[in-house]
Amino acid sequence: MAGLLERRAADPRLGGIIKLAALAVGGQGGGVLTSWIEDVARSNGYDAQATSVAGVAQRTGATVYYVEMAPKGDGTPVFSLMPAAGDVDIMIAAELMEAGRSIMRGFVTPDRTTLIASTHRALAVSEKMVPGDGIASSEEVLAAADIAAQRFIHADFDQLAIRNGSVISASLFGALAGSGALPFPKQAFEDAIRRSGKGVEGSLRAFNAGYAAASGEALPEAPAQPEAAKPRLRGPKKLVAAFEALEARIARLPEPAQELACAGLRKVVDFQDLAYGGEYLDRLERVAGLDRPPHDLTREAAKYIANAMAYDDIIRVADAKTKAGRRDRIAKEMGAKSGNLLQVTEFLHPRAEEIVSLFPARMGARWAANPDRMALLGRLFDKGKRLRSDSLTAFLQLYVLGGMKGWRRRTLRHAQEMAHLVVWLDRALALAPRDYDLAVEVIRCRRLVKGYSDTHARGLSKFDKVLDGARMVEGRPDAADWTRRLREAALKDEEGKALDGALQTIRSFV
Amino acid sequence: MAERSFKAEVEHLRLGEGEVFTGEGILAITKALLESGVGYVGGYQGAPISHLMDVLADAEELLSELGVRFEANANEAAAGAMLAASVHYPIRGAVTFKGSVGVNVASDALANLASSGVTGGAMVIVGEDYGEGSSIMQERTHAFAMKSQFWLLDPRPNLTSIVKMVSDGFDLSEASNTPVMLMVRIRSCHVTGSFTCRDNRPPAFTVKDALADPRSDFARVVLPPMSFAHEQDKVKNRWPAAERFIRERKLNEFFGPAAGPDGPRIGIVVQGGMFNGVVRALQRLGLADIYGQSDIPIYVLNVTYPLLSGEFLEFCAGKDHVLVVEEGQPEFIETQLGSYLYRAGSSVELHGKGLFPLAGDYNGTVMLDAIEAFLRKVAPETLPAAVRAPNQERPEIPDLSKTVPIRPPGFCTGCPERPIFAAMKLVEKELGKHQIAADIGCHLFASLPPFEIGGATMGYGLGPAANAAFDGGGKRRPVAIIGDGGFWHNGLSSSFTNMAFNKSDGVAIVVDNFYSAATGGQDIMSSRADNDTKSTKNPISRALKGIGINWVREIDRTYDVARMRDTIREALTTPEKGPKVIVASSECMLNRQRREKPLVAKAIKAGRRVEAPKFGVDEEVCTGDHACIRLSGCPSLSLKRLDDPLRDDPVASIDQSCVGCGNCGEVADAAILCPSFYRADVVHNPGGFEAWWAGVRSAVIGWLVRRRTARRLDFGGVA
Repeated sequence: MAGLLERRAADPRLGGIIKLAALAVGGQGGGVLTSWIEDVARSNGYDAQATSVAGVAQRTGATVYYVEMAPKGDGTPVFSLMPAAGDVDIMIAAELMEAGRSIMRGFVTPDRTTLIASTHRALAVSEKMVPGDGIASSEEVLAAADIAAQRFIHADFDQLAIRNGSVISASLFGALAGSGALPFPKQAFEDAIRRSGKGVEGSLRAFNAGYAAASGEALPEAPAQPEAAKPRLRGPKKLVAAFEALEARIARLPEPAQELACAGLRKVVDFQDLAYGGEYLDRLERVAGLDRPPHDLTREAAKYIANAMAYDDIIRVADAKTKAGRRDRIAKEMGAKSGNLLQVTEFLHPRAEEIVSLFPARMGARWAANPDRMALLGRLFDKGKRLRSDSLTAFLQLYVLGGMKGWRRRTLRHAQEMAHLVVWLDRALALAPRDYDLAVEVIRCRRLVKGYSDTHARGLSKFDKVLDGARMVEGRPDAADWTRRLREAALKDEEGKALDGALQTIRSFV
Repeated sequence: MAERSFKAEVEHLRLGEGEVFTGEGILAITKALLESGVGYVGGYQGAPISHLMDVLADAEELLSELGVRFEANANEAAAGAMLAASVHYPIRGAVTFKGSVGVNVASDALANLASSGVTGGAMVIVGEDYGEGSSIMQERTHAFAMKSQFWLLDPRPNLTSIVKMVSDGFDLSEASNTPVMLMVRIRSCHVTGSFTCRDNRPPAFTVKDALADPRSDFARVVLPPMSFAHEQDKVKNRWPAAERFIRERKLNEFFGPAAGPDGPRIGIVVQGGMFNGVVRALQRLGLADIYGQSDIPIYVLNVTYPLLSGEFLEFCAGKDHVLVVEEGQPEFIETQLGSYLYRAGSSVELHGKGLFPLAGDYNGTVMLDAIEAFLRKVAPETLPAAVRAPNQERPEIPDLSKTVPIRPPGFCTGCPERPIFAAMKLVEKELGKHQIAADIGCHLFASLPPFEIGGATMGYGLGPAANAAFDGGGKRRPVAIIGDGGFWHNGLSSSFTNMAFNKSDGVAIVVDNFYSAATGGQDIMSSRADNDTKSTKNPISRALKGIGINWVREIDRTYDVARMRDTIREALTTPEKGPKVIVASSECMLNRQRREKPLVAKAIKAGRRVEAPKFGVDEEVCTGDHACIRLSGCPSLSLKRLDDPLRDDPVASIDQSCVGCGNCGEVADAAILCPSFYRADVVHNPGGFEAWWAGVRSAVIGWLVRRRTARRLDFGGVA
């Protein structure tokens, strides 16, 4: 065609534009980070432009900040206001899934992008609200980042900042300096922090920690994790000896089940007593007797029988709240210093059902069946209690409750739990010879029973539904697989919509 | 006081002739207003121009020094109406609000203003909330400018161009007796850069002068027959005057090689605000240099309405293909330019939508792809070889779309609105699902998981009005949610008088967090703060009583979930007829922390007794069902995986950002969830007796604990 354009070589000065994007979650100080970066650039002979989106996105949502810079020249460079896919030199992600998002959006490319990412997680609501485990896979993002980025610099910059009494913007700024991706000396970065004039000391400490992490400078070695040695057992000699005798029985269980049996034994003994530990092992040995390699049945039973036996009753809660070491743990978590006092308020809300569950089994059952009596108990007890467990009276209440282990075996709750356990275990063991995999899945369904009050009731009802579903598919070659699917569906949402859907599907073909 | 303070930056607004200002777009706009001799300013906050209102508020001292009146208007309609001061008086005025929703609210005033015409320059600075980062429906302000004949300015997104356009815009407004809109996009508001200042100019004629010497002219009143005269005046006088001014002042710009027999036979027409995006795409294609000097002729529309037929046709002369870069839809500019070409009998082919997507913002990828496609189609020889025949192998990057969770905005840590919706969720568990209308504001986040309360929003202050069809009542009462910002913006008149007048049987919950919080914490009528220049501390309940709504319940601590739940239940079940309104008040936590944190730190340092609350979870007690999270969604309430082979699911965990608002404990109690939460108050600088007594207690407790520990097996905290 006419009027051909003169082709010319790309402007070499274009290569001088450094394009830097930062993805942060609202409240991480992305704005501060951006203004530091701009400042470094401008005070080192660069033109710079920054943009951000201020608005509701900042209310805990994901937000993009963007900076472009180029060495000062004869004119005013035309900078873009938005990062473009495939055209970002430095990508800073202030959280791991935001790093994933930056990769998804094409801001991280192997030909040019230095990706600086914090590996910590700020979980999204969608990950947190599922009744099971909905946490996204960090490994997938890390693996993708290794492929997508030209250089991938990552560390838990959030921890580095917190440890230095600052926020992540400072440690990421340090990482940016340490990465060497910007042509400015470390001093220039530190000057920018000083000029900003706010929280300078903390910011500089976090900056240096980030710098060290990114530049590969020797970090103070994290204390080597002691080999997963068995935690030390302490206690009266007689009890220790008796416990060791129980432990000796574990060695005779199939090897794949031993680790979980060890943990399970500790859990049930801690929950009740040594005799209870013995019962745990009795049950386990019965399972092992019917098992065959690869011994999945015993391994899973070791876990779920322990969880079923160490059910969550008032006594266990009260014991946990009055155990040795709790106060120190809380003080450490709260960052209390010496000279500070610690007041601890517990939020308890026992209902009539919980009160009755502590009654002797038969009497409890009678009361539970009598609406008038339950209403009376409700009037007496069913209200929120806030106990100051650092006060003597409240502590004593909990302490006494926590010491009622001797009474526990007589309670209605114990009778109910044991009955439930027997039915479930017998069912699984009866299945084992016919459909081994299904038996294992039935054992695993115990995972659905958890929580307190309504949550616990909902868990039980899901457990029943899944086992009913398992009964429907029994005899089919894919029965175990369906049962697994049902269980996973049950953990997806609170109301059990996914589970009902899955059951519907089963009903359609059986 | 607003969330972000510009007190320090405002000092730069005093810079004089020849000095260089470096900073953000909104500050540059403010400086430009002062340099233009503006006599009054106002507006209503909303992204992306919230901070412009904050800057103006923080600059009030300087404004009054110059004799400039600043008004924080009640809403956009009030702001638009304020421009009436420029109808009769030679006073320049500017107001700001967001587009398109703010323009919608202001439309009555703006249409009247445009009909009357102006004597002094009148400017609306519209923050066009479109594309990524936007929080509203995706529409264009452009349509409004066209229907009322408001000249629409869309300067190139750099500080020098924006500042110049403010000044030129006032001149244009006065030269054509027409109000103008200066459109700034989301990122332009916060783009940083530099420009050379001029001296600030006090207004030649102030609002005080006007009151001393009032004027009126019935020819300006929008009544027949004058309204018909206005229309004729618009097209016969004001429009041509504007066209003349735009050409003479060269408000639109040309880049790239000049037209001529040897010139390129292609060109690009672009909205000013899109210029940098186009240049970046050309830079990436090797067709522009770092300073934006382009190989392809570019016609930059810094004025996107009116479009100048003559100027455009001259640009097209000698060209075969012209690409229109116009973000948003419908494509008003492209359609108009096409009609110019058609009427001129031109053979130039016009390209635009089709190469560009019909809807959505023109981000870097869209821009590059569309311009490349345009060139490939009409002038492939201009493209670098690598683009024409890409042969670079790119490694396959794993697809993370199923892994990375979405992260919509939500309630902040400790937000006082969270417990209101937790209570609402509990009530719905008892009474069933209700018809719920939402409004505009932070509380709209409740429509997202984990609460999922409310299914529609009809506009700011219109929540209860959106339930009007259900006012007659039915099996379950309709519920409307509205914030205090919405209440004063438009809610009192449009929503609550509508409820009262129609004897609605519905329920409305006013979420009163002491600020216009979603827009950045500006003060409003019912704010509790002392404000020297504004009237605050006017209770919402009194306004409700004033319009005859008598069933009003005030809750002064929203964190009391049980009381909140009981009150909502009462509103939904009481036999009493008429509107039932719950005013749920607790201060916005973001603003409260900003206010209190420094004070607390100071008190601790000074040795005064301070209790610092924070929540925690006993992980041994938590069973990992996450029911608490489904009633919270607080950022500080998260999950952690335990190092325990017997546990399948992660347990709840509260991180150091917890502010101890109390929601976790209240919800655990009200919903009877579980006993794992505890609140720990760290007491700094305790009194002497207090410390002694705590010592005694902890000695006794320590003895009891040791006593029990000595009699049991201790598994090192692992069991």
